Amino acid sequence: MKLFEYEAKQLLAKYGVEVPPSILVRKGEDVKSKILEAGLEPPVVVKAQVLVAGRGKAGGIKLARSIDEAVEIAERLFETPIKGVVPKLLLIEKAVEHEAELYTAIVIDRSERKPVILASRFGGMDIEEIAREKPESIVRRLVDPYVGLRQYEARLIGKKIGLTGKALASYAKFLQALYRLFTEYDGELAESNPIAVVGDKVIPLDARLIVDDNSLYRHPELGGERIEESGEYTEWEVKARKAGLTFVELDGNIGIISNGAGLTMTTMDLVLEYGGKPANFLDIGGGARADLVKKAVSFLLEYPKAEKIFINIFGGITRGDEVARGIVAALRELGEIEKPIVVRLAGTNEEEGRKILSEAGINAYTDPIEAVKRVMEL
Amino acid sequence: MAVLVGEDTRVIVQGITGREGSFHTKLMLEYGTKVVAGVTPGKGGMEVHGVPVYDTMEEAVEAHPDANTSIIFVPARFAPDAVYEAVDAGMRLVVVITEGIPVHESLRFINYARSKGVTVIGPNCPGVISPGKSKVGIMPGHIFKEGEVAIVSRSGTLTYEVAYALTKNGIGQSTVIGIGGDPVIGTSFTEALKMLEEDPQTRAIVLLGEIGGDMEERAAAMVERGEVTKPIVAFIAGRTAPEGKRMGHAGAIIMMGSGTYKGKVEALTRAGIKVARMPFDIPKLVSEVL
Repeated sequence: MKLFEYEAKQLLAKYGVEVPPSILVRKGEDVKSKILEAGLEPPVVVKAQVLVAGRGKAGGIKLARSIDEAVEIAERLFETPIKGVVPKLLLIEKAVEHEAELYTAIVIDRSERKPVILASRFGGMDIEEIAREKPESIVRRLVDPYVGLRQYEARLIGKKIGLTGKALASYAKFLQALYRLFTEYDGELAESNPIAVVGDKVIPLDARLIVDDNSLYRHPELGGERIEESGEYTEWEVKARKAGLTFVELDGNIGIISNGAGLTMTTMDLVLEYGGKPANFLDIGGGARADLVKKAVSFLLEYPKAEKIFINIFGGITRGDEVARGIVAALRELGEIEKPIVVRLAGTNEEEGRKILSEAGINAYTDPIEAVKRVMEL
Repeated sequence: MAVLVGEDTRVIVQGITGREGSFHTKLMLEYGTKVVAGVTPGKGGMEVHGVPVYDTMEEAVEAHPDANTSIIFVPARFAPDAVYEAVDAGMRLVVVITEGIPVHESLRFINYARSKGVTVIGPNCPGVISPGKSKVGIMPGHIFKEGEVAIVSRSGTLTYEVAYALTKNGIGQSTVIGIGGDPVIGTSFTEALKMLEEDPQTRAIVLLGEIGGDMEERAAAMVERGEVTKPIVAFIAGRTAPEGKRMGHAGAIIMMGSGTYKGKVEALTRAGIKVARMPFDIPKLVSEVL
């Protein structure tokens, strides 16, 4: 789950980091009076709170030299989709004049199985760009998860990206706060880019935090309604989440249901291999019962992007007869929605499953290649 | 020979009284796996399919000193504790089936286990099977056949699909390792390859990868350095997966430009590894290298 910039900054501020003075405005609110009330003096930066990468380049961040200009920009931003997402919130922040921009992120190094800090003296561009343009500038340091980030390590990293004196001390304090944010909120990514160097201190101008979805049970404040309102997921992805389905929306027209993440991805790839385009990823997981299969099939019957449906099941723990019963039940209930369905069923109880399907007039395939060819013919 | 699990494997099932734990204890016993004990706090004294249940790992090991392997079916929020308990009770191998464990927990317990010389498989994995010898996992036993080809995979069902296809084509397996779909796992491709390279029973290796992370690239680098000499056939799932979207597995995500299908296939091909376009082509490619 991704946090908005303003949320990540609030948390950093809570951990003692100085962030630029700002206000948060919702659509329909009186932007001018809010700015005046907060005593925010121009120039200010108006920033769309959307959870898409490359927000700045997509026109979601604008500088305003006067309050009137800020109001005008705010009105326009509330109407402008940024990479397809219309912002519901804007952060209006005091513009910070600065001498230099730094980059810092913390992620998990999967192979070392440790958090790793990535820092560079060339902030303002994304890490892929830095890796391409200035690879020698990137400082990498692994952190022992049991020891945590010691102050000397934070200083060492700051020194290596060119800081000295009080600015170095300020950066070290900032980096420790970022690390605390990363660990206390189960971060997959905690990033600040750019970090402004202003005289003898550093101020984060942007902040991102991606929280591990598996940890949401211990961060109840981040769950619930927030997921739907965040814009991180599409309308149908939100519906699927509520229904307890593992679903990702894609751009094609062939609906896909499979069991297991690897086989579901492979089914998408198989469709592509034969010239089709998948409309989604939908994984019913291991050991799915008929009711879950029914839910998944019903979901794709209603999902408008799926013009036809390809169900590819290899029964390991999942049983073919359960799958067949689920498919038949969904079709009985939503029979009025006519979409061609192709089923490939192999593995545990495939004979029983095929029998149930054929009684309902569905011919199931054993060979996935024959099945996908049929999908393409329909 | 096989690796990780074999004739000497003696298993304790942690979370044996739960739905999954009890169901798979039955299937493991039917396969011939020597399940010697189970642990569920508060359920000590019970029996599950004839297997005695204890409250703690320590008691289980005291009563069954030959136990050397644990398999964990404990729910995600309690699973990390179960791993520490298994390590402290002296298990040599801990297989974590549980899905949904926070990654910050996994990296801690995996570092802990490794510091004690204990091998962890998973989390979020189907387990390990050495066909004909022992099954410590949730895979359907009947689709496997004893033989000389190892499979090491990030995905469960895809593993079954490939094992089934190999078996149907008369190609048996030495050990099949489902290493798990999480971003941080106890045994990576490179570590599994190292074991399989040294295993006399294994003559060829099937590597089933997917988008996300750089484990496949590291495996390729290992082959390029000459550390693995046995023939490898690979497949990478997720050619059509978009960047920034998580495809079912917590680890299957292309982030910051890393973990792409293209990058992995290029690295594997450069190392001289045959990459199947579809998993259904694997038996043919394997028979070519055997």
